[in-house]
Amino acid sequence: MPAKPAGLHRRLGERWRHSLRFRVVLTTVVGSTVVILVLVPVLLGRITAGILGTKEASALAEATAARSEAQRLLDASSAQGSPAPASRRIDAVVAAMGARGAQAGLFEVLMLSSEPRGLSATPERGSNLVSERSVPARMREIVAGSQRQAWTYTTIRYTDGREVPGFVVGAPLAVPDVGPYELYQLFPLVQEQETLQLVRNSTVVASAFIILGLALLAAAVTYWLVTPVHDAARTARRFSAGNLDARMRVRGEDDLAQLAVSFNEMAGTLQAQIRDMEQMSKVQQRFVADVSHELRTPLTTVRMAADLLHEKRGELPPDDARAVELLQNQLNRFEALLADLLETSRQDSGAVQMDYEEVDLRALAEGVAGSLAPLAEQTGSAVTVSGDERVQVVCDAMRVERILGNLLANALEHGEGRPVLVQVRRDARGAELAVTDHGIGLSEEQLASVFTRFWRADPSRVRRIGGTGLGLSIALGDARAHGGSLTAAGAPGHGATFTLRLPRAPRGSGVLPGAVG
Amino acid sequence: MWMTCGKSREAGATMLPVRPRVLVVDDDTDLAEMLGIVLRSEGMAPSFCYDGREALPSFRRDSPDLVLLDLMLPGLDGLAVCRQLRAESNVPIVMLTARGDTVDVVEGLQSGADDYIVKPFKPKELVARIQARLRRLEETANDVLAIGDVLVDLGAHAVTRDGRAIPVTPLEFDLLAALAARPGHAFSREQLLADVWGYRHAGDTRLVNVHVQRLRGKVERDPENPEVIVTVRGVGYRAGPP
Repeated sequence: MPAKPAGLHRRLGERWRHSLRFRVVLTTVVGSTVVILVLVPVLLGRITAGILGTKEASALAEATAARSEAQRLLDASSAQGSPAPASRRIDAVVAAMGARGAQAGLFEVLMLSSEPRGLSATPERGSNLVSERSVPARMREIVAGSQRQAWTYTTIRYTDGREVPGFVVGAPLAVPDVGPYELYQLFPLVQEQETLQLVRNSTVVASAFIILGLALLAAAVTYWLVTPVHDAARTARRFSAGNLDARMRVRGEDDLAQLAVSFNEMAGTLQAQIRDMEQMSKVQQRFVADVSHELRTPLTTVRMAADLLHEKRGELPPDDARAVELLQNQLNRFEALLADLLETSRQDSGAVQMDYEEVDLRALAEGVAGSLAPLAEQTGSAVTVSGDERVQVVCDAMRVERILGNLLANALEHGEGRPVLVQVRRDARGAELAVTDHGIGLSEEQLASVFTRFWRADPSRVRRIGGTGLGLSIALGDARAHGGSLTAAGAPGHGATFTLRLPRAPRGSGVLPGAVG
Repeated sequence: MWMTCGKSREAGATMLPVRPRVLVVDDDTDLAEMLGIVLRSEGMAPSFCYDGREALPSFRRDSPDLVLLDLMLPGLDGLAVCRQLRAESNVPIVMLTARGDTVDVVEGLQSGADDYIVKPFKPKELVARIQARLRRLEETANDVLAIGDVLVDLGAHAVTRDGRAIPVTPLEFDLLAALAARPGHAFSREQLLADVWGYRHAGDTRLVNVHVQRLRGKVERDPENPEVIVTVRGVGYRAGPP
């Protein structure tokens, strides 16, 4: 189970990072909640103070008037000469006050003796079952002690257990012949409390609606803003994926429409430039191809003439015979260069035509190794083909032979006479062909440029096979044309390994893998 | 239709025609002259034509044993010349082309050329190609072989179905005969290139593919579902059961 909250946490974090809308909405909700949490108590406090202040003022005025009347009643009753018993007089005052209370906005009355408890039979009275516990002890001390009016908020308790919030005003009262009393008027605040509760409830509901409304608004606004941004992002993605015709929709004339217009202008400019460059590149490729082809016809004539002379070099004076040999060698080199140049231009222009068939790579590797046996003998390196038997892939056999021939010739050239290993392996996606030598090897730097055209690892080295400098570049192009790869690895002094990876059946080969063997 | 071949056959009781006549169709005069020197040194009799439009009249006049045809020609291009020649003769045609890749070669083969050679080539290579195309005339067996429902009469050099002759070029005849000679054997393209085209090293397997397609168009009842020349997946072709 602990995985679940962690997962949720991560998902939320992900959404936070990825979704602008989520971020805006969440920020709005949190922000507005904070504002409301600060604002609402202040507001409620002011409303409460307002409502209670009014009540307080009227209660105090009422209390002052009531006390005067109570004192007057008591004084009058004692002035009658034969005063009634204290309890009767107090009952009368409480009754009068109770009547007044019922009239002037409902209050309860308590008449309490200031004498210490149980000392004398000083009757204490209250209206409507109100309990003397309603008056806080501290308040009684103040009223009795200072002989002045005092007030406070309290809970009005009844002897039957009811409790209501209230406001109590107390004042000293002298009952002639009996002693000091305190008159307490208790104003229940039930109505005010209800009003406040209503205000509070309404405020909470209103706050919730405000937060919800703001969240929706934020969602809507971000939707308006984010949709075109998404559109722009999608269009940019399509554009960079090569769909140069991708454009944004322009709606209206606002800032977002301007974004779309600017974006489209940029796309248009880029498209035009890319087209121009493609055009230029095409012209150049075309030129290379044309030059190479145009050179072929004269080269054919030269070649045949040279061959004719070469055949008869035994009849020529030694210098002339040597000259014919040199001519022949350089013609071979020229021809190889021209062929590689043409192949390179074909690869550049994407005009490579693949001739797919199902081939056993192991057999192919052995065939290539066999055809290079003379070179192997010359360099002193033994070539071993090992690995899986019958590795069937769909490929252009001629090209794969050419790649392998190139790698093997390179390995023999740089192998320092040490053994060269060709490994054929079958893997999940197709096959792997690795050619390893144990010669001078290649440095980091050299590895980086080993597929660069006309690059040579060591220009000062004597070359036996006279490559054109295009071989590895062409091999790489051939590997890629298959949807495969060609990589180089190695370290100085530890030889080099070139690895060709071919898919089981290249896309578009039209040959179903597994039909044979 | 069989004019040229018939002639060659009379001459071909021995290995090669005494002095095989080769028509060189090429606009590059230096190259043509050089080709002439090489061909003469190999005991052949070259004649020349420098314009595509002149090719057919020259062919009719010289009735050569083989045509060496450059694909890039002024006037009428090599493909069109090839189709013209094929329309009235089964003479072996070897194309010269500067572009060995691309569709040029396939189009050339589809237009009826038997073989091609890419510039620049070595004289020996060219001579080998030409001789391979001429040498097929020496066959003298008298068997009649069955391939699918087609009969290949080696003696009469004729291909028939239900007694009706099917016109094929000498190369196509060789291809059929090679397949029919070993019924049920699956020939690889490389093997056919060696047996029929005379390649000693690896050749272009498109040669086999294109010619099988052309030949199927002639000998199959339904070229979409071949029964005479059957494809063996991953290997090559074999003769259909009689």
